[in-house]
Amino acid sequence: MALLEVSALVTEFHTAAGVVRALDRVSFSLERGKVLAIVGESGSGKSVTAFSLMNLLDHPGRIASGEIVFRGEDLRSATESRWRALRGDRMAMVFQDPMMSLNPVMRIGDQLAETVAIHHRNSRNEVNGQVEEALRKVGIAAPRERMRAYPHELSGGMRQRVAIANAIINRPDLIIADEPTTALDVTIQAQILYEMKQLVQTSGTALIWITHDIGVVKDLADEVCVMYAGRVIEQGLVADVLASPRHPYTRGLIDSLPNAGAAGARGRRLYSIPGSTPPLLALPPGCTFAPRCSRAAPLCATVPPAAIEGERAFRCFYPLEVA
Amino acid sequence: MTMQTPAIPKFDAALPETPWRLLARRFARRRAGMIAAGFLLLLTVLALSAPLIAPQNPYDLGQVWIMENEKPPLATSSDGAHTYLLGTDGAGRDMASAILYGLRISLGIGVVSALAALAVGVVVGLAAAYAGGRIDALLMRIVDVQLSLPTILVALVLLAVLGQGVDKTLMALVLVQWATFARNVRGAALVERNKDYVEAAMGQGLPAWRIMLRHVLPNCVAPLIVTTTNQMANAITLEATMSFLGIGLPQTEPSLGLLISNGFDYVLSHQYWISVFPGVALVLLVVSISVVGDQLRVVLNPKLDA
Repeated sequence: MALLEVSALVTEFHTAAGVVRALDRVSFSLERGKVLAIVGESGSGKSVTAFSLMNLLDHPGRIASGEIVFRGEDLRSATESRWRALRGDRMAMVFQDPMMSLNPVMRIGDQLAETVAIHHRNSRNEVNGQVEEALRKVGIAAPRERMRAYPHELSGGMRQRVAIANAIINRPDLIIADEPTTALDVTIQAQILYEMKQLVQTSGTALIWITHDIGVVKDLADEVCVMYAGRVIEQGLVADVLASPRHPYTRGLIDSLPNAGAAGARGRRLYSIPGSTPPLLALPPGCTFAPRCSRAAPLCATVPPAAIEGERAFRCFYPLEVA
Repeated sequence: MTMQTPAIPKFDAALPETPWRLLARRFARRRAGMIAAGFLLLLTVLALSAPLIAPQNPYDLGQVWIMENEKPPLATSSDGAHTYLLGTDGAGRDMASAILYGLRISLGIGVVSALAALAVGVVVGLAAAYAGGRIDALLMRIVDVQLSLPTILVALVLLAVLGQGVDKTLMALVLVQWATFARNVRGAALVERNKDYVEAAMGQGLPAWRIMLRHVLPNCVAPLIVTTTNQMANAITLEATMSFLGIGLPQTEPSLGLLISNGFDYVLSHQYWISVFPGVALVLLVVSISVVGDQLRVVLNPKLDA
């Protein structure tokens, strides 16, 4: 039994302009100790997936159908108080912008302690010990002193480490990281990626890493879901998907990566996928990627390819050959 | 010859500057703010220690002689025992003593009513921001109605119905002030509510009321400090106005407004001090509070603090 099983999840936003289907039958599963990367452009539904899994969708968003089974528990029927008990304890989230995700007027030690105290009746000493340990784990020097600092006294990288410490402090089974390195310097990004991987490996926590950068996927993740316009269009083991993408969109993403080391790369124009993502209120009737796809045939414009599920799958009538 | 190694500046990580300490440090740089704060401190100390330093208790009829009435400032008492620094009023009361006691009442009423209105406003404002939708709309329409009525009129009607007294005056002041706080709190809370740290706090599994009280409210403190200070000044003026009109406090507990009112009849017969000195005290009090509030507003907003 997988730690997390998501099947045919549909999330909709009821707006004045109409119903926006932000997630359309998204399915995946995740085992303990594994890292799943969810890759996609802005508006592809990666963040909505994260917020749906935490049941933190803001009005007017709501899950319309589908199943979320976490540790064998059906979360679609969970009450808000059950969700609260899970959030921060069994499942935790790291947000994109560390400048914004910490309370500016609270000492970071207090913020971390609150995460422990709301879920566990530990003594003050125990809690302080846990906070110190969590900060040490994410590579913060002199954690005892740092606990007394306010967020504005820390650098962006340090703050994101604190946010990660806040996520791991209760040893959750699942961490969802929503583009946690996007707002950071490239060097800090690499450090944080490396440390996250270490943390996941030593603790056996499952990690969902949401990113728009398919470049980081290779080093970090075990599995990958590629999303486009609210749908998973390809999924599978990272090694398989990157070495031999079947969906033309995945191919396009991989080709868009700068590859400085490759022979003949110098001076060549970097590939980019023509066009842009369709508005979610006016999706094409067939395959959502068809208008931008070089392989599109008349069938693609009228019939949507079936939703996908399983180990290695793609949502395309005319997939690329296995390399 | 050996090179002198320059002293390495010590980074004191153990003592981060708290927001309050930072605020105090920045306020200390503002001259107008410090002068006003000094006056305010002086007036507060005078008000608090009135029973200890006032030459007489102006409400103890045993200490007041009617024969000593309408003495000008610096006049000596008939028995030659002491000097009336600010003169005496029509009933023979020492004006300096009466002002000290009046200051005490005015300041007390201003502070207590503003804090009580703040408490009500915080509850209503946070509830509106948290609930949103219809409850928010309903609460804010009540606030709109309250704010659209002239405060002095509401206070007049209330006191006409309730009658005189310190408790009734306080009630009237809270009732005309809570709406300002409620609107302020709601506005600030709505801004904070949409910030990521609130989402992150929800992601920690914190209950909503705890997020509102422990995370959102502390982040709204800056605008509330300014509003509270200004409302204190307002409350003091409003109470003085009502007492001057004879509907606020009873004669047995004269605030500065009532003292001004009592002396008003004597102004035209050149006994200016009975009315003017309490007026000066009132102006000093209100202006110093207002200036402190204004300077706090500047200090609390980094964009204004040059």
